[in-house]
Amino acid sequence: MIMLCSCREVKIVREDVKEAVQRCGREKHQLLEILGQLQKGTNFLERDTLVAVAEELDLPLAEVYGTATFYSLYSTKPRGRYVVRVCESAPCHIDGAADILAAVKAHLGVAVDETTDNSQFTLETTSCLGVCSVGPAMMINDEVYGNLTPDRAVEILQSYN
Amino acid sequence: MTDNAVVTINGTEVTVPEGTTILTAAELAGVQIPTLCNHPDQMIKAVCRVCVVEVEGARVFQPACSFPVWDGMNVRTNSPAVIEARKTVVEMLLSRHPQDCLQCERNLHCELQNVSKSVGVNERPFPEETRDLPIDDSSGAVVREADKCINCRRCVEACADVQGVGVLSTVNRGYDTVVSTAFNEPLEQVSCVLCGQCIQACPTGALREHNDIDRVWRALADPNKHVVVQTAPAVRVAIGEDLGLPVGTRATKLLTSALRQLGFDGVFDTDFTADLTIMEEGSELLQRLQEGGTLPMITSCSPGWIKYIEHYYPEQLDHLSTCKSPQQMFGALAKSYYAEKNQYNPDDIYVVSIMPCTAKKFEANRPEMAAEGIRDVDAVLTTRELAQMIDQAGLDFPNLKEEEYDSPLGISTGAAVIFGATGGVMEAALRTVYELVTEQELPALDFTSVRGLDGVKEASVLLPLPNGEDSLEVKVAAAHGLASARQIMEKVKNGEADYHFVEVMSCPGGCIGGGGQPRPSTTERREKRLQAIYDEDEAMTIRKSHENPAVKALYEEYLEKPLGERRHKLLHTHYVQRSRY
Repeated sequence: MIMLCSCREVKIVREDVKEAVQRCGREKHQLLEILGQLQKGTNFLERDTLVAVAEELDLPLAEVYGTATFYSLYSTKPRGRYVVRVCESAPCHIDGAADILAAVKAHLGVAVDETTDNSQFTLETTSCLGVCSVGPAMMINDEVYGNLTPDRAVEILQSYN
Repeated sequence: MTDNAVVTINGTEVTVPEGTTILTAAELAGVQIPTLCNHPDQMIKAVCRVCVVEVEGARVFQPACSFPVWDGMNVRTNSPAVIEARKTVVEMLLSRHPQDCLQCERNLHCELQNVSKSVGVNERPFPEETRDLPIDDSSGAVVREADKCINCRRCVEACADVQGVGVLSTVNRGYDTVVSTAFNEPLEQVSCVLCGQCIQACPTGALREHNDIDRVWRALADPNKHVVVQTAPAVRVAIGEDLGLPVGTRATKLLTSALRQLGFDGVFDTDFTADLTIMEEGSELLQRLQEGGTLPMITSCSPGWIKYIEHYYPEQLDHLSTCKSPQQMFGALAKSYYAEKNQYNPDDIYVVSIMPCTAKKFEANRPEMAAEGIRDVDAVLTTRELAQMIDQAGLDFPNLKEEEYDSPLGISTGAAVIFGATGGVMEAALRTVYELVTEQELPALDFTSVRGLDGVKEASVLLPLPNGEDSLEVKVAAAHGLASARQIMEKVKNGEADYHFVEVMSCPGGCIGGGGQPRPSTTERREKRLQAIYDEDEAMTIRKSHENPAVKALYEEYLEKPLGERRHKLLHTHYVQRSRY
């Protein structure tokens, strides 16, 4: 059963990759864009995906993996449905980012770089999100939230349940 | 035309073309700047920061390896601030590097050690913070000890660009950066061809061969074992480099002498089976030409190349000659022909190979490389490992009494010795095929068009047929370095290759630049080793494989006997399809 299952999934991965490559182009410099698109569904890049990308772009797998591990926006390890990134750059820090992080940790019950048991949330820290005027800030998947207080941060998280 | 720039380095003026790096300009001014990530054959990386210098007017120190000079530039490489900065850079590198130099294989042959000494490191100001990564000895050929890696990326370039393999890359970022495989898988699980060019590129002990020295010492000490040794062609022109002789020294007769003193019972030459390979491969080529077999036929001597085509072009394996490599033919014959002739039990014969190659260790371990459960070859040592054994034995290598190989498995020709150089197998084959086909003596022995360090070399040879009317045109190509081999394979795959015969050697320059050779194998050293190989060829009395009397005797006495199938069993093999990922 498991074998059948994974075969079917590999096929789907392959089609997704083909589609992304068709959209973005086959040039080496499109790698980042392609990886970004492929990560959208699952919030992480699994081995089969990277293998298919390496094949499509005729790149060594190690280079694709090296690229995916270099950029913090990509993950090669499973992440939750929502990736919560709390900014820890200096302006947010001064505005109380540490309290936001503590509240988020307490609410989700995980440490940084951990995923909740129900696979809903992965907590990460990030450097500047570019919204220093509304610090402290955090980002959940592609959505940015500013002017946070610990309570407001928890409320936002609750809205994702 | 580029303009010249007058640059002052530590007060000395030097005139160089504008755009020259500070590092090169300094060399011309007689000033050595220490480097680690810099390699004479590679691209500029500027990642290790060991070569920082002070450029007048620049805000911060600049890396000499990448910073171009301008007219009127004033550089200091020896101000107290530069000396301190350089030392700090190395101290930081060392804070992540295990301090086991005395036990390290690179001890006294280590670029990091040399740099540490030359910049004057004399304390450990930073706490030791090694990464505690596992040692990967999964392949039995190439060992990675990632803790010793300083992230210079020289192996990455050798693997990806020179070899077109790319199983190593930088992984993660910042302080967590390591050089690794995809998903940190062991080398045995990825499509690494085990050529060892990463070892040649590495400035530290992070990459080395799987050590088989102790196994060989034990065999030599075993009174029940008859231990014979074979030496590959490229070993004789390089081993001297690790034993106090100048680069390019032909040390053949010192090598045989040293092997005898180490206690080998028979000192033989892979050149003997190189000649035999030419006979078998030449016949196979003629058969394919006459009977319409798969063309081009591609040589099969280089085990890194074999593993490469198995991983990267698994659908093209029919192009490979079925001939075993000379190393494996030797082992098979030592345990059959030689054993019978001298009434040894094949089980008691222990075959050791001295190879310029790390992939030969993998080849010897391949399941196919055994006849009736008896391994062809029992242990493979690299040139470097043999030099280590000679050191251990306390032999004064340069001053040994010169000696010859033993008979008959030590008798060989000039055609065999050039197997060690790119184009050599092709040239040796042409010398024989020409005479076999035309039934005439070859007017000039040297096929210079397949020699030299161009990545892909092509030639076309006209063989006048004995009927006096027709002639047979044989189109050949020789590639070295797997990125060059890939160029040929893409043509083969797309049906665009009209060659009849192709030689591929995995390593740049051929076996003389192999992953098991003394470090470093720079282009400069490769050229000297190549010259030594061709000098060795010219000095041989017999220079054509089919004229090797011992090979002729082997065919008459042993291989052509009826009920034989012996050639097939002993000298030929098959290949397996492997995955690329």
